[in-house]
Amino acid sequence: MALQGNYLGMSLSIDDLDKENITYFKHCAEHDFHLQKCDDCGLLRYPPTTGCPWCASPRATWTAVEGKGEVHSYEEVHHAIQPAFKSHTPYMVLLVDLDSQKGQPSEHEALRVVGNLTTADGALAPPDMVRQVGIGTRVRMVFSDVGDGLSLPQWTIDTGAKQHPKPWRYPQE
Amino acid sequence: MPLPTDTDVSTPKYLRDKYAIVGIGETTYTRGSDKTTRALGTWALRNAAADAGIKTSDIDGMLSYSNNDSTSATFMAGDIGARLNFYMDCVGGGSSTEALIGIAIGVMEAGMCNCVALFRAMNGFSQVRIGGTGARSATPVSGDMLHSRAYGWQSAGQMFSPTFMRHMYEYGTTPEQVAMVKVVHSEHASNNPKAYYKKRYTVDDVLSSRIICKPLHLLDCCVETDNATAIIITRTDRARDMRHTPALIRGIAGRCSKPRMDMHYQAGPITRVGGYYAKDILWPNAGVGPEDIDATGAYDAFTFTSMLQLEDYGFCKKGEGGEYVSSGITRLGGRRPNNTSGGHLCEGYTHGMNMVIENVRQLRHDADDSCPLGPDGKRQHTYDYREGGCRQVKDIEVTANLGWANPMTGSAMVMRRG
Ligand SMILES: [Zn+2]
Ligand SMILES: [Zn+2]
Repeated sequence: MALQGNYLGMSLSIDDLDKENITYFKHCAEHDFHLQKCDDCGLLRYPPTTGCPWCASPRATWTAVEGKGEVHSYEEVHHAIQPAFKSHTPYMVLLVDLDSQKGQPSEHEALRVVGNLTTADGALAPPDMVRQVGIGTRVRMVFSDVGDGLSLPQWTIDTGAKQHPKPWRYPQE
Repeated sequence: MPLPTDTDVSTPKYLRDKYAIVGIGETTYTRGSDKTTRALGTWALRNAAADAGIKTSDIDGMLSYSNNDSTSATFMAGDIGARLNFYMDCVGGGSSTEALIGIAIGVMEAGMCNCVALFRAMNGFSQVRIGGTGARSATPVSGDMLHSRAYGWQSAGQMFSPTFMRHMYEYGTTPEQVAMVKVVHSEHASNNPKAYYKKRYTVDDVLSSRIICKPLHLLDCCVETDNATAIIITRTDRARDMRHTPALIRGIAGRCSKPRMDMHYQAGPITRVGGYYAKDILWPNAGVGPEDIDATGAYDAFTFTSMLQLEDYGFCKKGEGGEYVSSGITRLGGRRPNNTSGGHLCEGYTHGMNMVIENVRQLRHDADDSCPLGPDGKRQHTYDYREGGCRQVKDIEVTANLGWANPMTGSAMVMRRG
């Protein structure tokens, strides 16, 4: 069945034909992170697709993946264009290398999972938290519940992990 | 950079110099055109035909591209009195210019038509804002877009910034170096009476402009304008009868992509752009290499996009783009000026067309600056590049255009003076 949500006043929906995204977000709604694992070559992939980017196999099995990783790159939006985000600037978009499958199948590949920097409750991070995060920050996945059966995976600082003393940030604060 | 060896006679090379750009047309670069894209498009097409010295009814092929923010060839052709033997309206933005010129060559080579006009008409400021603000920013988010737009990750600047930021981290590229792209292009624009922004900017101006999406300041981002542009392509043997020295098309790479081009950066390094792959098509097809190029048109949707492409096409080593764009090489009077019209950062935003148009003018040795007109109606260039002065590159013979769609996809074209 189609999924509907509302996040910060923004309407979100997934059509019921879109089985890959429906399944992905159903796991997210249970605050579980699952990715498709190729039945033929065994590689995980993100985001959901209809075939394996490496071997083209259409056969895959949804598999639990640990939501832990390191910030590969980021941006900090100070001028939001979407009405939903206008009152939440600066907000951060993180591109996170999952620990799982990092550097596979080739050196520069990774499961890079996008998300905002949020609090542990999945609310967009306040400015003082934004200023702590940069390339190299260890993060863990949390979820923002945005509808009945619909949650968005997000990232928060992994306070239990050993952190770089000074993650790399853009030189101009 | 050593020249690529040129002993392999593969199919594309038979077409080297066989086709040429013979006509270029522009409207004014403005905000608030007070015209439909249809009116803008036909204006640019008429200008391009007049520039070529042909009748609009001589055009028998038409190509366009847009993101549903333009008027299709089916309306344009009638409005300029052309009956078409071929037309196609494509979806796309940046990097389409060079790719569609390649398609134009293909359809003429296939015998489908003789003279192709390519246009891009847009009200990028007053209707569908290219920066992504306005109506487009508030559209509902569905399906695959939940993996991007739901995170406030939507505009071009927002989508590309992870690449820009990582480049600074990996290579120590500084905001000051990148700002030099804007500085240099603004110098060029100050010598371009058509440019929307003619003011010269400093590095400080760029760094003290407000942050839009770190690492992008306002002045790292291109200008949104309303305009249409058109380019006419035909066989070089027919071009000889036309008004201007033709710009011969040496080689093209079109919408050449990295693996996984769905904008989720799964394939790395994420600082690598489509040009890394396109260069291996472009240079062998053109039979020249970066060292042979006298001027570049490296797409400047953002300051960073010019720099990243110049690196990956081999104008400097990977990671040394910051040094390259701040060295003076890319300035008028430098070894290899980039975007001599002021480009998207200053002249106006056209999804790539104006950078090709500028290089055509440069190759004609007829940049439309403020130099005095001679008895033949051509400008007598002074090569004095001070503000308000000349912008013609001296003795220019070969140019390269590097079109950008996004970090994953690019197109490119080499032209030479006919
Ligand atoms: Zn596979
Ligand atoms: Zn001049």
